[in-house]
Amino acid sequence: MAALLSPFMTIAANRIVAGESVMAWHVASPAETLPGVAAVVLGLLFGIPSGRQDLRLCGALLGLCGILWLLMQGAPALLDSAAGDYARVSPAMGFWCLLLILTLMMADALTQMAPGPIARAGLLAAVLCSLALILWSGALAPLSILQEYAGRRAQFADAVLRHLALAFGSLATAAVIGFPLGIVCYRRAQLRGSVLPVLSLLQTIPSLAMFGLMIPILGWVGDNMPGAQAIGIAGIGFAPAFLALVLYSLLPVVGNTVAGLASAPAAARDAARGMGMTPTQRLLRIELPLGLPVILTGLRIVLVQNIGLAVIAGLIGGGGLGTFVFQGLNQTATDLILLGALPTVALALTSAIVMDILVELAQPIPKDSP
Amino acid sequence: MNVGLILRPLLVLLLLALVLRPEWFTPIFAPLAPPGAPTIYARSSLLSLSLSHLGLVAAATFAATIVAVSLAIFVTRPAGAAFKPLSRTIANMGQTFPPVAVLALAVPALGFGSGPTLVALFLYGLLPIFENSVTALTTLPPATMDAARGIGLNRWQRLLRVELPLAFPVMLTGIRLSVVIALGTATIGSTVAARTLGEVIIAGLLTNNTAFVLQGGLIVGLFAVLIYDALIQLETFLARRTGA
Amino acid sequence: MIEIDNLTKIYGDTHAVDAVTMRAETGSITVIVGTSGSGKTTLLRMINRLEEPTSGEVRINGEPTHVEKPHLLRRRIGYAIQGHGLFPHHTVARNIAAVPLLLGWKKQKIRDRVDELLSLFSMEPAAFRDRYPAELSGGQQQRVGVARALASRPELLLMDEPFGALDPIIRAQAQDDLRRIQQRLGSTIMLVTHDMEEAIRLGDKVAVMDGGRLVQHAAPAEIIAAPATDFVRDMVGDVERPLRLLSLIPLVELIEDGPADGDALPADASLRDALSACLWTGRSAVPVTREGIVVGRVTFEAIRNRAELHA
Repeated sequence: MAALLSPFMTIAANRIVAGESVMAWHVASPAETLPGVAAVVLGLLFGIPSGRQDLRLCGALLGLCGILWLLMQGAPALLDSAAGDYARVSPAMGFWCLLLILTLMMADALTQMAPGPIARAGLLAAVLCSLALILWSGALAPLSILQEYAGRRAQFADAVLRHLALAFGSLATAAVIGFPLGIVCYRRAQLRGSVLPVLSLLQTIPSLAMFGLMIPILGWVGDNMPGAQAIGIAGIGFAPAFLALVLYSLLPVVGNTVAGLASAPAAARDAARGMGMTPTQRLLRIELPLGLPVILTGLRIVLVQNIGLAVIAGLIGGGGLGTFVFQGLNQTATDLILLGALPTVALALTSAIVMDILVELAQPIPKDSP
Repeated sequence: MNVGLILRPLLVLLLLALVLRPEWFTPIFAPLAPPGAPTIYARSSLLSLSLSHLGLVAAATFAATIVAVSLAIFVTRPAGAAFKPLSRTIANMGQTFPPVAVLALAVPALGFGSGPTLVALFLYGLLPIFENSVTALTTLPPATMDAARGIGLNRWQRLLRVELPLAFPVMLTGIRLSVVIALGTATIGSTVAARTLGEVIIAGLLTNNTAFVLQGGLIVGLFAVLIYDALIQLETFLARRTGA
Repeated sequence: MIEIDNLTKIYGDTHAVDAVTMRAETGSITVIVGTSGSGKTTLLRMINRLEEPTSGEVRINGEPTHVEKPHLLRRRIGYAIQGHGLFPHHTVARNIAAVPLLLGWKKQKIRDRVDELLSLFSMEPAAFRDRYPAELSGGQQQRVGVARALASRPELLLMDEPFGALDPIIRAQAQDDLRRIQQRLGSTIMLVTHDMEEAIRLGDKVAVMDGGRLVQHAAPAEIIAAPATDFVRDMVGDVERPLRLLSLIPLVELIEDGPADGDALPADASLRDALSACLWTGRSAVPVTREGIVVGRVTFEAIRNRAELHA
């Protein structure tokens, strides 16, 4: 409730200076703001009783619609009222707090209702589709962050693609190296004892230092190995960022592969050997199916982690959404920071949810069997 | 681990030398610096940057530990049990927020400097400690808990004499994760003008001076690895003592 | 016939199994009994080469086992272990079908065999086929484990403490089932246990292991009546020896004519049951029936005399 009383949006004369605050019910004419405010209040009220999860979910959705409505009404209205061509409107504290509270309410209700993987996937798709629809419709276009976007459409698309290439490419590479390494480590305790500590030390090195250390190493490789520069290996740019991400990814992939394979009950493994399965048969029929959820959990950790870390690639010329974040920090342009940070958060959250669904689908023992 | 016995003191010496006597390394770094540029970072003393860096991490982790452990104790008591699912949801969602994004998002709200870095470190540090503490407090051996009740300890005595000591090693693992993340995030904090060792790396990146990048990277990396290793040793020691 | 010839396993300095030689007839149950660390499990695991012997050899029907690839050898030998070792992600049917699948049996043949085994173990195929191990009781899991070991009609069934995880009542039931099924199929079984009671109850022959050595290999009655060493005597339990011996002897042996009062016992009950009935009800004789008709009596006196004779 307090969140509703704090400033909902700000309006500023240009993109750099601090703006002045506007309360939720002042963003547009009373007739236009009333439905929004009412929806938010009603939504929050629905959220209070803790017993009815379906009611809380509806409340959260209603509230989210409410704040979106306010934003859509407020953005053009405020911009019209302001003087100057460089005026910018952005959501303020009140909006972000409400967004956070309502999202948490929704997440909590969903956790308690525990819908099946298919239902969750459907819900995620619905949320993403409506978000895309709203953005595409242009109803929010007057907002400052989207004005920043409008100025860099092509750059933004490039950055997103580059970001995904970094995150997924390094994930795939780490998986190709990490699975076999994990399987070998699982079989040989001695190797496991030396590989895993080294990988966890790698993981410990702060990301900026790791990205930085890749620069001289790959710079040297690029300068001294014939042909290396031709395939894009150089001290600055995509290659060092990519390599740093791969190195970070190895521990979760290898560690979870080992843990997953070892999660088969000892008696089942002994029985499998005793009935005459070859090592390959044991791996394919027993250890992999039973370990798959744990192995996928490792990939989830890697994906979420890499989407976040790929931001740092922006500092060493590796591209990606980090470019906007650090440009924004340099120019103290908040909206530019948000243009980089918000899609990153959205990507990370979406991948986390999708991977959670996959992990659940990979459970080898159906939960609802008779 | 004989390798560790030799390697550890060597790495500590190397780190001390890099921080206290950076000029010794001029011949090694010189080829990496662009012609005419300085080889050794001298804009501010590496020692004061290190202290400020570690200070930030220590302050944030300390505060995060107190808050997270208190919260964990609260939600594992009958009175706070209603908040447990919600708090777990928050912890789960929070951990998918990239640390860099948390830092970047703290700037609009708090401005530049050490402030947003400290807040980001604190917020992000809460999650692993909270999660590990809740796990530790909810998975204590039931027989031990029964025995503690059976010999007539009241709630406070059970918490202080049985639950917390038994849960401590797992909590420490959470603190270690938190410290590692904090060290890394603090490094990036120099992009929002916090005084940390990241400054050296950023300066190197901005002026194309690989010598700076390598120097800063080595110092930060060594700090992280050595602190991580020290905490692991502590955990192993404690785990052995509690017989876990 | 299974021949174990001078089989030895050395780990470092310790002789886990020390020059064990013994023979098991086809269609018999041999129970290897010993304390933990006696080498009994290692001995069993050397038969299907889960452990490679340091020296010595095993022959199944005259054919040495070391000439074959270990995993192919194991497919011919059934293997059931404590805690059943079922695959948690496979249904009961798929668990039982594990070895036939490895051997590449036809689908229909596997299906028939699974149903046959489930019925044999008194589990309704339609009700159990598609369940997962976690949905079964401990006794049912254990039965599926044994069914799986028997699925491909192995020449030999090795069992390592198969009933160790069961509570006493279900264990007795499982032992009776095993005996019944073994007699029906004529299987050759080698079973490891630390429980002398179980050994005497199940074994045609009992092999007692101590410190890696085979100290006595004989019929249960002989083990009880004439323990070869103090260790065997301890295992049998001095105080209970007479009772254990009586439990092996059916009433039929001592039936005599004459009257007796009170509840009757069937002729295939043991002398131990008769003794117990006498003591509990203060009688000096109990009537014996065969298929419900009284055929005579067994007296307290006769039981006492029989016990004095030992084996």
